[in-house]
Amino acid sequence: MPEIRVPFRGGGFRPEARRGTGIAVFLLLLFLIEWGTRTGWISNLTLPRPSDVAATLGDLARSGALWTHLLPSLSRLAVGSVLGISAGVGVGVLIGLFSYIRAGLVPLVAAIFPIPKIALLPLFVIWFGIDEGSKYALIALGTFTPTVVATYGAVDNVDRGLIRMGQSFGLGWWSIVRKIVLPGALPGILSGLRVSLAIGIILLVAAEMLGAEHGIGAYILQAGALYDLERLFAGVVILSCLGVLTSWAIGKIEKRLLVWRG
Amino acid sequence: MELAVRGLTHRYGDMVVLDDVSLHIPAGEILCVVGPSGCGKSTLLRMLGGLEQPDWGEVLQGGTPPEGCLNPLTYVFQDFALLPWRSVAGNISLVLEDHHLPGDRVRAIIEDVLARTRLSDFHDALPRQLSGGMKQRVAIARALAVNPAVMLLDEPLSALDAQTRELLMEDLVALWERQPFTGVYVTHNLAEAVRLGHRIAVLSRRPGRVREVIEVPGALSERQAGDAGLEAIQAHLWALMRDEAMAADQELLDA
Repeated sequence: MPEIRVPFRGGGFRPEARRGTGIAVFLLLLFLIEWGTRTGWISNLTLPRPSDVAATLGDLARSGALWTHLLPSLSRLAVGSVLGISAGVGVGVLIGLFSYIRAGLVPLVAAIFPIPKIALLPLFVIWFGIDEGSKYALIALGTFTPTVVATYGAVDNVDRGLIRMGQSFGLGWWSIVRKIVLPGALPGILSGLRVSLAIGIILLVAAEMLGAEHGIGAYILQAGALYDLERLFAGVVILSCLGVLTSWAIGKIEKRLLVWRG
Repeated sequence: MELAVRGLTHRYGDMVVLDDVSLHIPAGEILCVVGPSGCGKSTLLRMLGGLEQPDWGEVLQGGTPPEGCLNPLTYVFQDFALLPWRSVAGNISLVLEDHHLPGDRVRAIIEDVLARTRLSDFHDALPRQLSGGMKQRVAIARALAVNPAVMLLDEPLSALDAQTRELLMEDLVALWERQPFTGVYVTHNLAEAVRLGHRIAVLSRRPGRVREVIEVPGALSERQAGDAGLEAIQAHLWALMRDEAMAADQELLDA
């Protein structure tokens, strides 16, 4: 009789959901900083005390200043990214469908993509005015290029077999685009939106730093100029929350629209 | 409806895939097309339904399609080609939507074809919830929904396991018995060919030429797995193809 048990060699290489781990890491880090600043191990000039940042956030919310800064920022982000993303999806689909548009626009998009859009802000100020217009334009252009690239990639990845099937049943061109190409490209477009919105938030802050009375970017800039680390970090926390919130919202939309992926 | 293929020749680059292929598919009869891999049988089928254009030669259709026929030349694909974001009923309604039929007519067609393929209980299921055999049943139901004159089947059972294949073969025979359709059935599986074909066309390997067209006697419904007469035909087909299948197997794909 054989008597050595065969050792187990499989398993692993498959990420699993571990609830609470992320929050635990976050809390541990906060605790370390709090402890370090209280014992003097971390100097007050290096990092602010988390409890002070929390207190500043509390003051901000109580005094109503939070909303005078957050609301203009949110509306800039919303208007700018809606403009950029809808134009990006439209152009991306056209590139995916028509060879001439692809040949003409793909090099152009590749040329625009790596430009730090913030460098163009002075130009946008001349074109669209010092007010909201230039900020909308900056965020729109910043979200436009990654959306275009994600969208035409997603259209390219739609199963050609499904399109042949549509043709073989005599479906019209528009029916094929609407019922086969667009739903098939949706997962890729949505995951591109995550990147686009993150870039949108970065550009929002950059634009507000360069010229705005209210807004999270302006608030952070003022705090930085006074070396008020508590307020600076309070602003940064708000931005992080904004990022987590948009990512969560896209996750919800994906769950809603992509039930069929299981 | 009947189909005729005349002098079909096609190249991909320098490689001749089909060389002067001529075939006749009479109405109400299933023609199986067999051949070693790379003999151009799938290309031939795509040309039959107008999904690809031949370099030379032509595909002709004769006779009038049956009444209520929405799509005379209708395919069933090897990979099922179901839209994963549509339910079973949604996949069938997809091919009806462009014809502007009244809503209750569409619902009646869907109920009818689901009943004929024994899928009525899966009306709202999504493709990912179905087994391979069920998915192909949905694809067959979708094909039946447009009331086709000719069914073009591209290795419809090749992605399925042996038991499911046997079940679906019986289903196909039952569907043909109920309402005989003209069919072209491309396969590399000789057992399927002798069970489902009234005639079998054997193509040679590159360039694809018609080597032989064999009549298979006997009604489809009376053919069983292991029937001596069918086994003999299958052995004959294999003798025709064996050397070429071996050569195809040993070929470098990009040579």
